[in-house]
Amino acid sequence: MDIHEYQAKEILSEFGVPIPQGGLAYSPEQAVYRAHEIGGEKWVVKAQIHSGARGKAGGIKICSTEEEIWQAAEELLGKRLITTQTGSQGKVCHRLYIEAATDIKRELYLGFVLDRAMERVAVVASSEGGMEIEEIAVEKPKSIIRVAVEPAVGMQPFQAREIAFALGLDKSLVNQAVTTLLGCYRAFRDLDATMVEINPLVVTGDGHLLALDAKMGFDDNALFRRPNISELRDKSQEDPREMRAADRGLSYVSLEGNIGCIINGAGLAMATMDMIKHAGGEPANFLDIGGGASPERVEKAFNLVLSDDKVEAMLVNIFAGINRCDWVAEGVVQAVTKIDMKIPLVVRLSGTNVEEGRRILKESKLPIIMADTLAEAAEKAVAAWKKATGK
Amino acid sequence: MAILIDKKTKVIVQGFTGQIGTFHAQEMIEYGTNVVGGVTPGKGGTKHLDCPVFNTVKEAVKATGANASIIFIPAPFAADGIMEAADAGIKYCVAITDGIPAHDMIRVKRYMRRYKAEDKMVLTGPNCAGTISPGKAMMGIMPGHIYMEGPVGVIGRSGTLGYEAASQMKALKIGISTSIGIGGDPINGSSFKDHLERFEKDPETKAVVMIGEIGGPQEAEAAHFAKDNMKKPVIGYIAGLTAPKGRRMGHAGAIISAFGESAAEKVEILQECGVTVVPDPASFGSVVQKVLAKVS
Repeated sequence: MDIHEYQAKEILSEFGVPIPQGGLAYSPEQAVYRAHEIGGEKWVVKAQIHSGARGKAGGIKICSTEEEIWQAAEELLGKRLITTQTGSQGKVCHRLYIEAATDIKRELYLGFVLDRAMERVAVVASSEGGMEIEEIAVEKPKSIIRVAVEPAVGMQPFQAREIAFALGLDKSLVNQAVTTLLGCYRAFRDLDATMVEINPLVVTGDGHLLALDAKMGFDDNALFRRPNISELRDKSQEDPREMRAADRGLSYVSLEGNIGCIINGAGLAMATMDMIKHAGGEPANFLDIGGGASPERVEKAFNLVLSDDKVEAMLVNIFAGINRCDWVAEGVVQAVTKIDMKIPLVVRLSGTNVEEGRRILKESKLPIIMADTLAEAAEKAVAAWKKATGK
Repeated sequence: MAILIDKKTKVIVQGFTGQIGTFHAQEMIEYGTNVVGGVTPGKGGTKHLDCPVFNTVKEAVKATGANASIIFIPAPFAADGIMEAADAGIKYCVAITDGIPAHDMIRVKRYMRRYKAEDKMVLTGPNCAGTISPGKAMMGIMPGHIYMEGPVGVIGRSGTLGYEAASQMKALKIGISTSIGIGGDPINGSSFKDHLERFEKDPETKAVVMIGEIGGPQEAEAAHFAKDNMKKPVIGYIAGLTAPKGRRMGHAGAIISAFGESAAEKVEILQECGVTVVPDPASFGSVVQKVLAKVS
């Protein structure tokens, strides 16, 4: 789960990470009032969306007067911002964060990740902040410092000092850096985060460290014990279909193609999508219906996939282990009858109770195209899609 | 032979009396697995499926001599159950549970390192379909009948894609020595490489199929291991060619977040390391058949 910049900053500041003065605004009035509260002569109005690279998409505006703040707020609120990370759909901005502008002397990069190779929390830092870490890795690979944290004892001050000195920080800033690094690590560990990123972490003109931007991601599997983090979920930032799927216990990812997919198991789902592409089509979605797929669940999956207007043909591929083909078949018949499907449907069943499943589909007399193997299923789905759309 | 489990393996079930544990324990017993008991804290001293129930894993090991354990404990408590098994002297543990927090798995992996090599527990999963040595024993939730006994070792992240591969092979009368699910989580008990090493030493296994997916470094690590250390042929497939970057595809670990984690990049690494790549997921059977023809 992702959260907004202002939420990440609030959390990190509780763990001792220094942040600029700022406040949240839902309207131009509030934005101006926030700037008034903060004081000073220059402010930054920042669009709060779940994405980085907001600056290049016009989501961050520097303002020197109340009029400018009003204008910036009016322009950004309700605007759909398309960044390099949001995809073509973009994300709509409903909240603004107003911050005192900072006099920047140096920009650094600081990130905490779950390192899958080391199976530990790793700190990634670079003296080349402001760029994305992927760019730093290509352009200035030597500037990247990586330190792994021993899980039994947690991050130690000496590790933080080593990073601070390696970043070339002045000795007067080293203690601030240690506080920041240890604070981020504690937040990461205590709150079941999967990512903490401060980019940039800046040295100000008057010799202080400040987290100018902050990003945090959390482990969905650990939200059961983090109700305070769950509360920060902003549903307006999620794809509505993916959100509906998640609320129904289905795993769904919306894609760009036209062939809708309902499959059991994440690996088989990815493989089936690959097979569709191999056969000359493009999948419209990833959908893992999971184990124990009841007829009701199958029907919900149909409704979800068909709510995407792009879908012009559909493929159901079930290899039943814990699942039962007869249940899935009943679900398919129920769904097709109720929904009055207008697009071609290919169904491939295999595994537990497969004969019973096929019999149910056949006896329903519905126009369902049956397939025996994975290859046949993908080929038939693509052929049916081509025939139906003339593409 | 087979690796990890066979007819003699004495299995206990952690989370034995719950609905899921009961269902799959029954299936395992019917398959012929030597299930000697189960653990559910608070139900010790009772009987379930004609097997004794214990309060702790240590009691179960002491009373039954169990050396393997399968975990159906709900996600919030599963990491604790895995560590309990490791501390009780269990040698092989399969964690079926899906949804264990990643930070818990970091702790589990660190905890397991405290034992000497010869006392160390092997863990597969979590979030996997389990392990089966066809015709001998099954520790998992797979449909046992789709697996035929034979010379091919299988290691995979995904359950159902593993079934797909096994059934394609069975259709061509190709059997499996052992099939291992290592699970779809970002931090798992053991990797492709760990089991390649075991299959290389197993006289019954003639070739190994590795079914990977997007995300993480383990497929590439295994490919390099195969190149440097293996005589037996390795066949590989990577699911997720159509998966976009930065999106989680069902499995907690199936996300392209760094260089070398996409399917195309992994396929390239496999090829460079001399692994025979299965070009599409409908060709598991035919590719394995060709490779086996060269070996024997």
